[in-house]
Amino acid sequence: MSSAPTLRRPDETGVPDPFQYMHPVMKKNYGNWAWHDRPRPGVLHHVAKSGDEIWTVRAGTQRQMDIFTIRKLCDIGDKFAEGHVRFTTRSNIEFMVSNQAKVQPLIDALNAEGFPIGGTGNSVSMISHTQGWLHCDIPGTDASGVVKSLMDMMHQEFIKEEMPNRVRITTSCCQINCGGQGDISINVQYTKPPKINHDLVAKVCERPAVVARCPVAAIRPALVDGKPSLEVDEQKCVCCGACYPPCPPMQINGADSTKIAVWVGGKHSNARSKPTFHKLVVANLPNNPPRWPEVEEVVHKILYAYKDNAKNWERLGEWIERIGWPRFFELTGFAFTKHHLDTWVGARKTMNMSAHVHF
Amino acid sequence: MSQDDSIRTEGQGAPADHHPTPMLDELESGPWPSFVSGLKRLRDNADAQYAPMMNDLLGQLEHSYEERLGFWKGGTVSVFGYGGGVIPRFSEVADKYPASKEFHTLRVQPPAGMHYDTNVLRQLCDIWEKHGSGLIAFHGQSGDIMFQGCSSENVQPAFDELNEIGFDLGGAGPALRTSMSCVGHARCEMSCYDEVKAHRSVINEFLDEMHRPALPYKFKFKFSGCGNDCVNAIHRADFAVIGTWRDDMKVNQDEVKAYVGRVGRKYAIDHVIAMCPTRALSLNDDDTLDVDNKSCVRCMHCLNVMNKALAPGDDKGASILVGGKRALKVGDLMGTMLIPFVKLESDEDYENLVALARRMLDFFADNALEHERIGETIDRIGLPMFLEAMEIEPDPNMVNHPRTSCYVRTDDFTDEAEKYFERKAREAGLDVAAD
Repeated sequence: MSSAPTLRRPDETGVPDPFQYMHPVMKKNYGNWAWHDRPRPGVLHHVAKSGDEIWTVRAGTQRQMDIFTIRKLCDIGDKFAEGHVRFTTRSNIEFMVSNQAKVQPLIDALNAEGFPIGGTGNSVSMISHTQGWLHCDIPGTDASGVVKSLMDMMHQEFIKEEMPNRVRITTSCCQINCGGQGDISINVQYTKPPKINHDLVAKVCERPAVVARCPVAAIRPALVDGKPSLEVDEQKCVCCGACYPPCPPMQINGADSTKIAVWVGGKHSNARSKPTFHKLVVANLPNNPPRWPEVEEVVHKILYAYKDNAKNWERLGEWIERIGWPRFFELTGFAFTKHHLDTWVGARKTMNMSAHVHF
Repeated sequence: MSQDDSIRTEGQGAPADHHPTPMLDELESGPWPSFVSGLKRLRDNADAQYAPMMNDLLGQLEHSYEERLGFWKGGTVSVFGYGGGVIPRFSEVADKYPASKEFHTLRVQPPAGMHYDTNVLRQLCDIWEKHGSGLIAFHGQSGDIMFQGCSSENVQPAFDELNEIGFDLGGAGPALRTSMSCVGHARCEMSCYDEVKAHRSVINEFLDEMHRPALPYKFKFKFSGCGNDCVNAIHRADFAVIGTWRDDMKVNQDEVKAYVGRVGRKYAIDHVIAMCPTRALSLNDDDTLDVDNKSCVRCMHCLNVMNKALAPGDDKGASILVGGKRALKVGDLMGTMLIPFVKLESDEDYENLVALARRMLDFFADNALEHERIGETIDRIGLPMFLEAMEIEPDPNMVNHPRTSCYVRTDDFTDEAEKYFERKAREAGLDVAAD
């Protein structure tokens, strides 16, 4: 009766079992590791309670990988490693080998194909990032391009472990901030209220949902040229872009108004100090493809002020806590403005509620 | 089926009308691997179905670089049986770049701990060569393998083949999201519970919430084996499981002495003892370590530095933190301590973890407003009401300090204090009158 083709029902298998892919030494010593060290940057050496050992070689990738790159990594994994790999949360690839003699040939093979070895210990690891112009529907900038430019600049800091502590950098192409919190975070900052295409709002947007989305109640329903639409109180608007995803006719991106801001001191580890959010350093940097030189310059200044001045094991935010924000702005040469004073809920808690002053 | 890149020279057999990409070309120089070179390799693979698509994708991306604007819009695309897991992308400039008019992403859940072998990676490549664009990201920020660039028509066959080899779609939209776990037990001596077991037990129990989005907004679980929190659970997860221990840390005094001998007393004091956030450490005159475990907050610093000398205790488990999220709409929220310690050893312990996750997801589904993360719900209703719903008792580990505001009704304070003492007595194994 029906001519509709029979569709295959999905197997709702969920999270794959990793043991089928895991390196046998890791499988054998699962939950029974004793200690580790790092024979050189980019190489980890783990020793199990059983005495078994495993060496991990960590290589940087471009994250957005074509299948030729992945197959090349597989070829190297088959020929120079033992066929098992894993990825880190920062999109580095790790090859595991059970014999130290395999480490150097593996490194050589990876380097020969242009994959840098590093990202371990007190290095600048790969930047965790978002999709950007390549694939996102609301991006203010590209992510892959910004990351490529910055990683070229910091390449030496990826392959060496010369920072006071690990440096974790993130980029995000809008304020939803999919890239996450970082020691240094490079994020899009919108600088103008949305431009509304009133012809489309009623057709495309569920207006109450858009009104509800605004964090500062700056959006109200309005009748424009006899058509139902929305209007924005530009005095109230904080240019967050929250109205754009549910209502694309409220265009928040602008070739000239979409800017980049750089933040510092985010940290998710509990080591020493509690985890922290990143804090604003510089805003209003131009969104300047293909190499974003202004962003690169700011990141460079922050990174090397930290490298030159922090004590061992201090994360970037911990270093600033010790020397104080006045000294940080002095050392980096950036301006401190009224925009560095928080104005959001709980802002008072970010103020200096003491007579502690740095000079 | 595998194709060797080396047999092709740049540009050979590629679509005849290459879009010029002068800006993107600049991203091919420099020492870091270039995604642009990768896109071009795909464009230039003349035999592949995706070559024209990747040519137009490069054209559109160059157009974005020129105009400083993105040109993708969302839509609705899914596979049979599921409501989510595909990120639809339709080009707004399809008149100029028709071959990449549809460029959807399949979000696919990675194996726990992100372990692969080369065989399965090759299978993933082969499937994506046949049905997709040849572009894969390992991994997106929620942990998914991102199979980027698929026509609407090819989404179903691509998913079917991925699913046949044991992979499943991840989360998107107002749904349970794909989760991540650190390398943990597989290769890390700091790991305090079986991350793979926790990750798979929890997520696989609630797949319906992932595949058929029905929650008020996104809900993320993440699993880190210790306080170093390598998968960033505390900022990024509504429900963060972070490994810890509650007995004394293990100290190998010979290794402590060896460490101090190697780096010197001053270095050891400055970089280990003085950096302890709760002043729980002291170096003895004979270069052994004195640990005040009652003051220790399991921050991991000294274990990280003196990795061979120090180790977590034997009574391991995890802390559960709740409500981490980024800006929208109340501002950033850090995951906050909900349960200082749960044991994660027996099957029953893991079942209890799943049961807690179920209570929280049910509560979230029933009580959160639309587009509200659970951290915001808790802010709105107050932690005491949330604890009551979760059947969790208040604990001083939940706060930095007790309240400073006197605006509170305390007429049942005495009863609450009584409950506290009874609970403490029960925990100490004493008989309680109320029982």
